[in-house]
Amino acid sequence: MAAISREEVAHLARLSRIEMTDAELDHLASEMDLILESVSRVQGVAGEDIPPTSHAIAMQNVMRPDVVVPSLTPEESLSGAPAREDNRFKVPQILGEE
Amino acid sequence: MSTPIISQTAAQMSAELAAGSVTAVELTNAHLDRIAAVDGDVHAFLHIDREGALAQASAVDASRKAGEKLHPLAGIPLALKDVLAQKGVPTTCGSKMLEGWRPPYDATVVTNLKKAGVVILGKTNMDEFAMGSSTENSAYGPTRNPWDLSRIPGGSGGGSSAALAAFEAPLAIGTDTGGSIRQPAAVTGTVGVKPTYGAVSRYGLVAFSSSLDQAGPCARTVLDTAMLHEVIAGYDPKDSTSINAPVGKMVEAAKKLDIKGMKIGVVKELGGEGYQSGVTTRFNEALEALVSAGAEIVEVSAPSFEYALAAYYLIAPSEASSNLARFDSMRYGIRVGDDGSRSAEAVMNMTREVGFGKEVKRRIILGTYALSSGYYDAYYGSAQKIRTLIKRDYDAAFAKVDVLVSPTCPTTAFKIGEKSNDPVAMYLNDVCTIPVNLAGIGSMSLPCGLAPEDGLPVGFQIMSPAMKDELMYQVGGTLEAALQSSWGKPLYASAPELAVR
Repeated sequence: MAAISREEVAHLARLSRIEMTDAELDHLASEMDLILESVSRVQGVAGEDIPPTSHAIAMQNVMRPDVVVPSLTPEESLSGAPAREDNRFKVPQILGEE
Repeated sequence: MSTPIISQTAAQMSAELAAGSVTAVELTNAHLDRIAAVDGDVHAFLHIDREGALAQASAVDASRKAGEKLHPLAGIPLALKDVLAQKGVPTTCGSKMLEGWRPPYDATVVTNLKKAGVVILGKTNMDEFAMGSSTENSAYGPTRNPWDLSRIPGGSGGGSSAALAAFEAPLAIGTDTGGSIRQPAAVTGTVGVKPTYGAVSRYGLVAFSSSLDQAGPCARTVLDTAMLHEVIAGYDPKDSTSINAPVGKMVEAAKKLDIKGMKIGVVKELGGEGYQSGVTTRFNEALEALVSAGAEIVEVSAPSFEYALAAYYLIAPSEASSNLARFDSMRYGIRVGDDGSRSAEAVMNMTREVGFGKEVKRRIILGTYALSSGYYDAYYGSAQKIRTLIKRDYDAAFAKVDVLVSPTCPTTAFKIGEKSNDPVAMYLNDVCTIPVNLAGIGSMSLPCGLAPEDGLPVGFQIMSPAMKDELMYQVGGTLEAALQSSWGKPLYASAPELAVR
């Protein structure tokens, strides 16, 4: 049985905000199956007593002093904007019409 | 006949600059000419910053004329991987998503390079967002290996390694998440170092997998790599994972040429069956050279390494799926389908469909799956526990030996297209390099000869404990000197001549 269905891949694509064609979904579903089969080796290797590691070099929260330092100007911040209006990023509508 | 300036090492170029026998502008022009002559075939560069490079070179020449004290690498040209932000210079990460983007700031690595007077020639090609082992995943076409133009230059930093091997630059910057500095170095007969995690600032490095990503120095010799290492490393308050400790003396270590009494561990799990015969042959010869130099070779076992690849291909895509969420078409990068009729979400979906390539989508989907509720413990959680086991294997090994060694990759450079439709086979290229990233330690690849069966470069990997990067330079420098004296010349000098156009 496949580890992951085409419908699941379509759901993941929606969660990832990537529109995908039917052909892409078909292809990815079969590839994901193979990849998941090879990575599932990680399961059951480490016992309950083994703690997880998120960062190799452990550190506590790192804070800087609350001091104002030079930063980008509004012009620089907006220099890569796909669309802008005055000193703001202009984006497509984020709410419905009603 | 004297060696043409572009074939020299950065250390030699530095001496020529100091002696006044060449200027930084002349040196820069010589490299720009070389790029113009060979890069049509090699395609190491995505962008050449001719004006910026010549301006930096002129400034160095002026400072020298004024008698100012200069850094030894002042005026030396460098190729910068296109994953690092350079103010005003196009930065694409090999992706359509960032086509046309010019960062408004410099990465700390770039700031450090500029401060030292290093001349940045341009931005090098890479697998999209550093995901790949062949540079075939670049949205701008593959880079070709100067040793054989039908073969891959490694990846993700194939542009940087190819630029070095093709004498387009004596220095380059790479980034290494699972081997993207070391595997390209191995297959192009060059040197690449992944420093200890946190030794080089990640500020301005476009994030792929934040807990693994590390920028590092690349060159044709161990000494040049060490010189560049000292320029880019150091504490940076702008990177919260930056290590607040002095940079070690890499140049001094590379010049020691003495490893008498050092214990060198050969990792049993990283070799043997499945490794190309010429890789094993040259690796074993290098071990003999180390013994002749006075080191003791010990076999060590790291039983958890066999799970490293699987753990990596869960951890890295998981972090990537989160990091790449920033490419939402709102603040920078391309925007597709915004015709006034579509919502922000629809525009986002269309942009990400068009902007990301196949491998990036594959990893985002895999990472999203591994992090989803119901699967988190089975996949991401299990992988993080394996990371602990791998760290413990290294700790146990380093309790017995000073450094560990292995081949850098199981094979020499493969043909372009050979593995591009088989992601699992492609991922196997990184089997020897990945454990290093999971444990955050430092590691170097340097050339140890040509495989007899195909005449292509073989890489030798040296791994040193965290914050002891000097050790790999000490062993690497010694090994390089021993091998070069047996060959009669450096390996890179055997590379075939490229057609000049």
